[in-house]
Amino acid sequence: MANFINFFYAAILSGTPLLFGTTGEILCEKAGGLNLGVEGMMWIGAFAGFYTAWKTESVFLAFLVAFASAALGALLYAFLTITLKTNQNVTGLTLTTFGIGISTVLGFAMTENAGGNPQISSEFMSKLAPIEIPFLSSIPYIGKMFLNYNPFVYIAIVIAIVIALIFKFSKTGLAIRAIGENPSAADAAGINVTLHKYLCTIIGGGICGIGGAYMSIITLNGTWQSGGGVVGGYGWIAVALVIFASWSSAKAIIGSFIFGAFTCLQYYIGQFSFLPAFIREMPVSIYQMLPFLLTTIVLIISSVNSKKISSEPHSLGLNYFREDR
Amino acid sequence: MSDTQYAIELRGITKIFGEIIANDKVDLTVNNGEILALLGENGSGKTTLMNILSGIYHPDAGTIKINGKEVVINSPKDSFALKIGMIHQHFKLVEVMTAFENILLGTNNKLNRKKAAEEIKTLCDKFSLKIDLKKRVCNMSVSEKQTVEIVKVLYRGANILILDEPTAVLTPQETQNLFEILRAMKKDGKAVIIITHKLNEVLEISDRVMILRKGKSIDSIETAKANAKILTEAMVGQAIDLEIERPETEKEPHALDVRHLSVKGADGRMALKDVTFDISSGEILGVAGVAGSGQKELCETIAGLHKVEKGAILFKKENIVGKTPSEIIKAGISMSFIPEDRLGMGLVASMDITHNMLLKSYKNSKGIFLDRKEAKKLAEDLVEKLSIKTPNVSTPVRLLSGGNVQKVLIGREIESNPQLLITAYPERGLDINSSYTIYNLINKQKQNGSSVLFIGEDLDVLLELCDRILVLCHGEVMGVVNAREVTKEDLGFMMAGQKISDGGENNG
Ligand SMILES: Nc1ncnc2c1ncn2[C@@H]1O[C@H](COP(=O)(O)OP(=O)(O)O)[C@@H](O)[C@H]1O
Ligand SMILES: [Mg+2]
Repeated sequence: MANFINFFYAAILSGTPLLFGTTGEILCEKAGGLNLGVEGMMWIGAFAGFYTAWKTESVFLAFLVAFASAALGALLYAFLTITLKTNQNVTGLTLTTFGIGISTVLGFAMTENAGGNPQISSEFMSKLAPIEIPFLSSIPYIGKMFLNYNPFVYIAIVIAIVIALIFKFSKTGLAIRAIGENPSAADAAGINVTLHKYLCTIIGGGICGIGGAYMSIITLNGTWQSGGGVVGGYGWIAVALVIFASWSSAKAIIGSFIFGAFTCLQYYIGQFSFLPAFIREMPVSIYQMLPFLLTTIVLIISSVNSKKISSEPHSLGLNYFREDR
Repeated sequence: MSDTQYAIELRGITKIFGEIIANDKVDLTVNNGEILALLGENGSGKTTLMNILSGIYHPDAGTIKINGKEVVINSPKDSFALKIGMIHQHFKLVEVMTAFENILLGTNNKLNRKKAAEEIKTLCDKFSLKIDLKKRVCNMSVSEKQTVEIVKVLYRGANILILDEPTAVLTPQETQNLFEILRAMKKDGKAVIIITHKLNEVLEISDRVMILRKGKSIDSIETAKANAKILTEAMVGQAIDLEIERPETEKEPHALDVRHLSVKGADGRMALKDVTFDISSGEILGVAGVAGSGQKELCETIAGLHKVEKGAILFKKENIVGKTPSEIIKAGISMSFIPEDRLGMGLVASMDITHNMLLKSYKNSKGIFLDRKEAKKLAEDLVEKLSIKTPNVSTPVRLLSGGNVQKVLIGREIESNPQLLITAYPERGLDINSSYTIYNLINKQKQNGSSVLFIGEDLDVLLELCDRILVLCHGEVMGVVNAREVTKEDLGFMMAGQKISDGGENNG
């Protein structure tokens, strides 16, 4: 049982950055923008957040800067695709390449500067320790499983729920959904299509950036691994998760934690004594591959029966120009 | 009359798209409590002009006055603020949302569902509109969608209502309902602009007719002083003949023989019940019937696109039931099908006219290269013959106006000289002049010896153009009558479900 609880706990922790990435991308895709730059924006957030944490030791500033710099990357994407009407796929891929590149290079410079792998102070890290709720956190099993996480786990869940509520109940949510479905109808109804698209792309990008900072600061425990894969493909998993969650950030919560479980299965599978030995002893690389295999399967299934998926915004990936016909 | 009395006053409106001058110094005025019909050939700039009023396009020159005040309309939002509402030719609705959500979309009201629903209900009662607020738009018929559009603009408080070809897709009954609504609005003091190609509708509903020709405003005529001939001539710019020819031809009977045909519709019910008829070569067989009587299934079944439950379709004595379209072609049968829904089918919007011609002919050409020269010539011929309004044949089809897109498809299908030509409502949405061009082309095919199945909606046209008319009601044949002898009243009775037993013999 203890093994299982540890595994559950680890799954939630590794699912959290995925949840940030997925929620951010859902916001963007709901308004019709298919931003494949998630991985890049997470990298930007990872570096910017880490650097600020290292320099200023303020948790608030670190995540604010992560949000802002990834949002800046998203602004670039928004300007190119919404205003200049460039191809969304190409622009998104470019943003990913750019984000990984610049963050890696700056990461090297930072390492050089620090004379070794930069390390965030333990005082800073202690502010991100799991929150102990008196009595509740010490309830056997339940306490550890649900009530003993670092603040950003809760923040991720709250953001996902808030965005789901916005789409379900608010006027703005209705407007954004309409834009993603049929921008010319939304436009004719008097909605400011460009403004909403910009805002969704930028805020969505910023949320992805928080996910990146979560990885570089919390997942990697405050040490920048120069040359290592800080974000390591999580952005791509998030893109697939959007489909898995059928464009609902509420469903994304479950989806992220399931994928989180797969990403950390490699560390726990050996301990599950109830499983037959050959499963426990399979090479680790098979388990490392699992989340990406699952991602591929989700993408294939969704492209095979793309007609049946009605929750996909209809104008996803298409640029809108009012005077076009 | 002082300026302030006009609800809308346009002066010198000009709009240019690349090489096309869509609107050329257009003047237009509408009073409150007046219904103005806007008339013009396909591509004469009607939609463009109305889109300028609704904020979709921005004019390159000219002034707009609303209730006497000069305004600038930069977006649909500005247009709403001026109480202008437009019902677009292609509806601007979000298909996956409900009627209610579509109506509320973009309004400033908080999502106070109860209050909004009450307001909408009051509106609907006032203009006797019927609407199911909880229904999703994708599950609605065209006329239901149109009602949503109307409620949408009324809910925004529109005092000026613009309708772009609202009747093109409606049945006669639905059109009458719409007209009732428009009359109620007129009584309420609203200004209405309606675009339609059907002259009888123009004469019935409007107070004044304003004519556009090649982007220029030509004339404004009081409807009371107009008739079909005057309007057509003003629109086309020359005297034209409103007679449809019916040339005599050599007929060879039973070119197409349909025997005891039964098919199921999309809803699983029988769409055609035991349908039997024949067409000679060199003959046009018209099909009359209220919308949804099985016309669509009939066309699609003969074209090989619909599953047959029972019965046979013999073309030149060969049964083509169960054959795929390419097997039909291999058997040496050439068939052209111009479907009801042609904008989605048959043309590639982003390709130019020439390449759309190639789509049909490339299979017949030899070698691996495309024969562009011939396709280009065909394209140029069509542009001239059908007076398709386009800068040249390398303009993407998507940029043409709706009616012109249609001419490209119809022209291509007819020009392939099929042995059997199936056409459903080929003139729908086309202006008078183009409609007559289409009738002439169909007649020419008849003279070449083709068998033509012509699904029509205008009984006058059916009576003048066809040799015989088959009447369908609920998927059953009510009779096949000689078009030279039958009266409109008799056709009406048959369409309503009265069978006749004689008169259907082939006289060819
Ligand atoms: N967005 C556009 N881009 C390029 N050309 C256009 C556009 N809209 C209209 N046109 C052209 O302007 C002319 C007028 O079109 P339109 O107003 O749709 O005609 P109508 O509604 O009278 O049939 C046509 O030649 C059409 O091809
Ligand atoms: Mg038009």
